[in-house]
Amino acid sequence: MLFLSQCINGLQLGSIYALVALGYSMVYGIIRLLNFAHGDVIMIGAYIALLTIGAGVNPALAVVLTIFGCVFISVLIERVAYRPLRSAPRISLLITAIGVSLLLQNVTQLLFTANTRPYPGSAIIPSKALKLGGLSLSLTTIVTILVSVGSMIALHLLIQKTRMGKAMRAVSEDTGAAQLMGIDINRVISVTFAIGSALAGIGSVLFCCRYPVVNPNIGSMLGLKAFVAAVLGGIGSIPGAVVGGFAIGFAEVLVTALGFSAWTDAVVFAILILVLLFKPAGLLGRGVAEKV
Amino acid sequence: MDKTARGYRQIPVYLKYLINAVLLAAFLVLGNALLSSGAVNRAQSAVILQIGIYILLAVSLNVATGYLGQLPLGHAGFMAVGAYTAALIWKSLPGKNIGIIVLGLLAGGLLAAVTGMIIGIPALRLKGDYLAIVTLGFGEIIRVLIINLPGITGGTPGLMSIPKHSTFMVVYITVILSCMLIHTMMKSRHGRAILAIRENEIAAESSGVNTTFYKVLAFSVSAFFAGVAGGLYAGYTGILTPGNFNFMTSINILVMVVLGGLGSMAGSIIAAGILTALPLALQSFNKYRMVIYALLLIAVMIFKPSGLLGRYDFSLSRILEKAINGRLFTKPRKAGEDRA
Repeated sequence: MLFLSQCINGLQLGSIYALVALGYSMVYGIIRLLNFAHGDVIMIGAYIALLTIGAGVNPALAVVLTIFGCVFISVLIERVAYRPLRSAPRISLLITAIGVSLLLQNVTQLLFTANTRPYPGSAIIPSKALKLGGLSLSLTTIVTILVSVGSMIALHLLIQKTRMGKAMRAVSEDTGAAQLMGIDINRVISVTFAIGSALAGIGSVLFCCRYPVVNPNIGSMLGLKAFVAAVLGGIGSIPGAVVGGFAIGFAEVLVTALGFSAWTDAVVFAILILVLLFKPAGLLGRGVAEKV
Repeated sequence: MDKTARGYRQIPVYLKYLINAVLLAAFLVLGNALLSSGAVNRAQSAVILQIGIYILLAVSLNVATGYLGQLPLGHAGFMAVGAYTAALIWKSLPGKNIGIIVLGLLAGGLLAAVTGMIIGIPALRLKGDYLAIVTLGFGEIIRVLIINLPGITGGTPGLMSIPKHSTFMVVYITVILSCMLIHTMMKSRHGRAILAIRENEIAAESSGVNTTFYKVLAFSVSAFFAGVAGGLYAGYTGILTPGNFNFMTSINILVMVVLGGLGSMAGSIIAAGILTALPLALQSFNKYRMVIYALLLIAVMIFKPSGLLGRYDFSLSRILEKAINGRLFTKPRKAGEDRA
């Protein structure tokens, strides 16, 4: 029974990582940028929910506002900071992404101080527990798993069945050729950022319902672990991000259950280094030979 | 005075070395006299030592970032390895003599270089951003290790009462020697191989450069000097806590390198000096420091991606030569122009 409840615990954490990892993977797939600011967009989302619910807004509306806020911030970042560097060397783009991440964290810190605040998680998902046989499941766990799986299915349909999805796949395969076929690259990239950060917004709500505290730094570690998940699954690959997310979630729960909770971060990064050593393309990624 | 065929007078090589050596020695004596005579107060001398340590950190990161073209984000991790190693050696060997100081710094640097090699071998075989994230992860692992091994490292409260070996003399000589070693390495064939990898890895490899070897070499050299700087830091503060070596420390160093110019040692030195002295001089600036750093990173990348000095490097002899030829203020000729 303990094993089963730990598995469900891992499933919950893993589905959050998977949602965030999807955002990394989509952006990486399309402009080859490791979007450092992705985790901090999640932090901004947490503050939006915190402040709107604190101001008396209906929690359901607050969730919608969180998602739209994340989308807005992400698209804005792409416009202002990443678009001027589209043809710059990758290292410049990466440094800019780090700069954006720092900016979001420190502006938030200036505005709301570095103090940790409680997140109104129970206003969004009531803290009830369901009994299934001898197993006790919190409502948060069930909602998290259902919402994440639902979002992943929606994303899959969007990418495989719509025109925009087709355009996104084309741009990530070959940007130049896609442009020659008449695809508006800038629009596709903006939409990719928007979808990735909408997932981040959902992830933000679910993550904060699980760990109901908010401070300007909550996004960075979540973002890094989700990135590790994306690399583990094969960066740029959508199913890979899901698989990697669940794998990292389970690994983390396992390490905690064995009594080494202080070491979880180290274990996650050790997994990253091992993956890069033995299967650099990730579990589901394809190795790409570089053309000269 | 030697003359080239076109009448451009040159300073003989031995004289160049002599001028530089005399100036460096003069600065050492002058600085030491100022500090020991009490003309500089404690706070100011602390700033001077910090500047020295950050110069070494920025110059060492510049090897991996500016010269090799990679982006390591765990420089504070290597600094931590060096700092704790040197601190533990100095704590276990009482007394203060040159041998013990050098032993601590060298051991710190070597252990950091070995760690760099262990991290670099898997990460550098891959392209692009993986190195950034692996080194970032490594920095976190080091911090978790320091916190969770209190028997050796003192854990979260920190390692106390480290002998304060980092006097002005020690910091100055270490920084100058390290910069000279890095400079000479970059002017050797090994340095050129590293630059070739930055310019075009595939072309370098087809020209017979062992890219993996040189990437790991540059990365380990960078880690080595970060470790030495860590040792200096340990001997300067006397207390080491895991919080000294977090991600923000790595970013601080990165900002210095990016601002000064990727690939310019002079740029790294100037930026390290300004960015270390400024927050200490302007206390009110501290609150907005990280916001300004973040904006600086973005703005520099968008408007002047090569940094303030680009790849320019300061050379006293070149300026002197220009002066004796009366060309101090004329624009330098472009490469190839004088051969036309």
